[in-house]
Amino acid sequence: MIRKTVANVEEALEGVKDGMTFMLGGFGLCGIPENAIAALVKMGVKDLTCISNNAGVDDFGLGLLLHKRQIKKMISSYVGENDEFERQMLSGELDVELTPQGTLAEKCRAAQAGFPAFYTPAGYGTEVAEGKETREFNGKMYVLEEAFKADFSFVKAWKGDEAGNLIFKGTARNFNPAMCGAARITVAEVEELVPAGELNPNQIHVPGIFVQRIFQGKNYEKRIEQLTVRKVN
Amino acid sequence: MLDKNGIAKRIAKEVKDGYYVNLGIGIPTLVANFVRDDISVEFQSENGVLGMGPFPFEGEEDADIINAGKQTITTLPGASFFDSVTSFGMIRGQHVDLTILGAMEVAENGDIANWKIPGKMVKGMGGAMDLVASAENIIVAMMHTNRAGESKLLKKCTLPLTGVGCVKKIVTNLAVLDVTPKGFKLLERAPGISVDEIVKATEGNLIVEGDIPEMDI
Repeated sequence: MIRKTVANVEEALEGVKDGMTFMLGGFGLCGIPENAIAALVKMGVKDLTCISNNAGVDDFGLGLLLHKRQIKKMISSYVGENDEFERQMLSGELDVELTPQGTLAEKCRAAQAGFPAFYTPAGYGTEVAEGKETREFNGKMYVLEEAFKADFSFVKAWKGDEAGNLIFKGTARNFNPAMCGAARITVAEVEELVPAGELNPNQIHVPGIFVQRIFQGKNYEKRIEQLTVRKVN
Repeated sequence: MLDKNGIAKRIAKEVKDGYYVNLGIGIPTLVANFVRDDISVEFQSENGVLGMGPFPFEGEEDADIINAGKQTITTLPGASFFDSVTSFGMIRGQHVDLTILGAMEVAENGDIANWKIPGKMVKGMGGAMDLVASAENIIVAMMHTNRAGESKLLKKCTLPLTGVGCVKKIVTNLAVLDVTPKGFKLLERAPGISVDEIVKATEGNLIVEGDIPEMDI
C-alpha cells in the first residue's frame, strides 16, 4: 500500500504559490473543500486562477478568496449566487471565463485521462465557440475544447483511506471525481479518514492513484444555500 | 392568461410515461408538481442525481443532497447519484428524453438566449448550453413578453445566444407554439386569450392556420 496521508491541511498545501492554477470541487456549496479554502485564505496566496463550477457565496466557499482579492481569474459555469463576484467581474477587476458546465467537467476529465482536447456540441454558434476550431460529424457541428492544465486539485470526499481511495455522498460528488488526477497534485480532504482495508474495494468512487495527499478534514459547516422544505400535512 | 403554475401544468402534459426529464430553474421546476401520478417518470438534475423526489420535510434536509438550483431535495426509490462527467454524458449522449428550460428570448428559427445581458447581468450558462446543444426534445417555458411588454418571441435574438436552432416547442402565459422551418406555429391559446392578442405579442413570424383551440388544462 502506498500511503497518501498527510498530518494536516498545512502539509497538504505544501508547494502552493502565488499565480498558480487550482481546480476546486463542489457544486454551489455542496461538496466544496472547506478546509483547503480556509487555509488558502489564511496563507494569503494571490493571483490565483481557480477552476470551479461556481464561485461560492459572498461569505463562504470561494467567496472568501474573492473577498480578499486573491483570485485573478475564475473559470466557472455559473456565478449567480455571488454579488461580490459579479461586481468584480463587471468592473473588470476579475478575469472570468464562463464555460458550459458539461464542457467544464469534461475539460477536467480530459486532463485526468490524458486527452489533449475533445469535440462537444455545447456552445456551437455562441460566443463560447469564438476563436475555437469547429468541425462537422454526421451532419452536426462541434467545438474543439482543450483539457485544463492545473497545479493543484482540491477535492472533498465523504470517506477516504490511507491509500487515497475516495467515496462520496449524495450530490456532493459532482466535480470532485473528475478533478482527481487532473492537476499535478491532487489534495483530498475527507470527513472520515480510515485505515487501508476498511473501505470495500467494490465501493470506491476514485482510486487512490489519482490522489497524492489525503487528510482528515475538520469543522465542516456544509452550509445549505437554498433550504427548501415541505410541511407535514 | 396563465400564471407560472398554469404554464407548468400545461407543460406537464408533454411529459410521457418512461421519460427521463431534466428541469431547469424557475417555472420548469414547477412542472414536477403537475405530472400525472399514473405514469413513470424520472427527473434528472445535472449536478448529479436521477430520481429526484419532493422537498424534504422540515428537519430532514441533507446538505449533501441538492438539485441544480441548490435547493434541498429528496430521492425516490430507484434513484442514483453520479458525478458531473456522467451527468453530462447522459445529457450530451441524448439519454435524457425531455429538457424543459426558461428563456429570455427565442427566435423563429429556434435560437435561444437565456444566460447573459451584456454589461448588466452575468450569471453564466450553467448546464444550459450543453442541454440545448444535445437534447432532441426541448420545451421552453416562459412569459410571452418581458417586463417592458416587449415580445420574447423574435425574428432574431438580440442577446448572446445559448444555442442555435434547438427549441422545438414553447409554452407561454398566452399560447403553445411549435418552432417550424417557417416560424412559430400557433397550436393553442391560453384560457381567455384571443388569437389577436397572441399576434400582437409575437414579433417573429407567427403561423396561424384554422381555428386555434383553447388549452385544456
